[in-house]
Amino acid sequence: MTWLETLRTSLDAIRTRRLRSGLTVLGIMIGIAAVILTVGLGQGAQNQVSAEINALGTNLLTVSPGSATTASGIRSGFGSASTLTESDAAALASRTVAPDVADVAPVVTSSGTLTDTLNSNNWTTAVDGTTPSWAAVRDRTVAQGRFLDRQDVTDHAAVAVLGPDTASELFRGFDPVGQSVDVNGVPMTVVGVLDSVGSTSSSTASSQDDLVIVPISTAVQRLFGPSSLSSILVKSTSGGTLSAAYQEVDDELLALHKITNPADADFTIASEASLVSTATSVDRTLTVLLGGIAGISLLVGGIGVMNIMLVSVTERVREIGLRKALGATPALVRRQFLVEASVLGLSGGGLGTLLALLGAGLLPHAIGYPIALSPLAVVGALAIAIAIGLVFGVYPASRAARLAPIDALRTE
Amino acid sequence: MADRAPVIDLRDVTKVYRSGALAVAALRGITLRVDAGEYVAVMGPSGSGKSTLMHILGCLEVPTSGTYVLDGQDVSTMDETELASVRCHRIGFVFQQFNLLPSLTALRNVELPLAYAGVGRAERRGRALEALGRVGLADRVQHRPGELSGGQQQRVAIARALVNDPSLILADEPTGALDSASAAEIIGLLDELHAAGRTLVLITHDPDVARSAGRSVRLLDGLILAETEPVP
Repeated sequence: MTWLETLRTSLDAIRTRRLRSGLTVLGIMIGIAAVILTVGLGQGAQNQVSAEINALGTNLLTVSPGSATTASGIRSGFGSASTLTESDAAALASRTVAPDVADVAPVVTSSGTLTDTLNSNNWTTAVDGTTPSWAAVRDRTVAQGRFLDRQDVTDHAAVAVLGPDTASELFRGFDPVGQSVDVNGVPMTVVGVLDSVGSTSSSTASSQDDLVIVPISTAVQRLFGPSSLSSILVKSTSGGTLSAAYQEVDDELLALHKITNPADADFTIASEASLVSTATSVDRTLTVLLGGIAGISLLVGGIGVMNIMLVSVTERVREIGLRKALGATPALVRRQFLVEASVLGLSGGGLGTLLALLGAGLLPHAIGYPIALSPLAVVGALAIAIAIGLVFGVYPASRAARLAPIDALRTE
Repeated sequence: MADRAPVIDLRDVTKVYRSGALAVAALRGITLRVDAGEYVAVMGPSGSGKSTLMHILGCLEVPTSGTYVLDGQDVSTMDETELASVRCHRIGFVFQQFNLLPSLTALRNVELPLAYAGVGRAERRGRALEALGRVGLADRVQHRPGELSGGQQQRVAIARALVNDPSLILADEPTGALDSASAAEIIGLLDELHAAGRTLVLITHDPDVARSAGRSVRLLDGLILAETEPVP
């Protein structure tokens, strides 16, 4: 008996038990679809986080005042001390001190209430006082108008660059460039609007599109009053020199602040790369967790296959006996039941993959998360489905093969 | 006839079934020789061991002791796979309950032993159609067992037993589940096969059925009680 005929016999057997076979296939189908979708969901979330963080620039270091431990050993939070100055930033920008640093931007951040003088719309958002190098450090460009220039900083000019979301909230479609906007009551002229970093729902990205940039001198003198820096943004010359840049910044700031023991540092340097790895590891944990649950449902589906195959063997004792009497060898009987189980597994896998593709098309609209289906995951899931059919089919099949033809025929 | 090797050569065959500590001897030493072209009826009350004898003759079971040479081949020490091949090529079975596969057409039921023998598709179809024609069912080949009468189903089963051109046809109470008219038809068909030179062994407890056979063997308690030569 050829493989094709064995397959035909198995299909016949499955067809004659339509309902039961259908339910078994359903179990596998749900398991496979769940596995593909959860893996896709996890992959999608990882891609999204990576894309967002890449948009921030992965060769970016953020120096914040304060440190994890003070000299007295009392933990004080990140940003709680006021130790960073503009001269620190200027020192870091020197190519001789820090050759692996491409650009440095000191930032003073506060929140501000904006009122546009055209329509009197109000909007509260983050106001960043910084220098022209901010655009280069953050890899941002302007969509309209221009960014800050040196002259604005020297002149303490009353100019502002708006994030795209901020611009649309305030001006609602009107061209904001050249318009006047009150920031905490101080009138400023809008000189430009930033390009969007991408309209995603995540909070990191939206804050990147909803902000106001003013010259740092203007912020200190006219908006917030004298204050130390909220952070210094440092961009390394490339992703590969990030750790070298980190070391240079660390050494230089320790020297400037006259701190000998690095453990007593009054600043903290964070890299976006560490953010990326944190975010992706959180996503990976979630994927593993959800994938594990999906895997259990697949296992249950597999037990379903074993169950139906065992019932099938018991039910078909006469048929097995007859086939043996007619000359079927134990190997052929085993093969027939194995093929039957793998056909069940494969159909479940195929339908489950279709369901997953459908779900991947529809679900993102409902839950607002992207699902990334990789061909590898689909092929893997199909392979798992066949493997489940085979693994859970082995025991019933060998039971069928071991049946003595005579015991089988005797059953009335 | 004497110079031809017998189809069946049983020598001192016993069969003991064990269930736990209990051992039941179903056959206690059977010696039987059946030559090619013979038609033998095995008779006996239930419990006499005639079913066990049929299972051993049909290579469905191996004897506990003694030898069984079928068509010149010693089958008493074969393993499952070798026995399957012997059943496939040398033996045709006819059962009381027909034992057709309900989901297959008459044609595919008859093709089944050929499929296990590895016969190609076209030849298989031709031989199965020929066998069905031989039992008078040429017009019923696409019917499923459920659509056929008991007598017709048994004829499909006989076609299936014939299709591999076996050395031996074993029939276990072939008329046991049939009304008398159908039973007479089946007996007639078996007679025809005998007339055509087939070797048949028929298990029955019905003396009328046994009468059509050339020779009958009576079993009691696992032993051959008597052999009756045919009434001329």
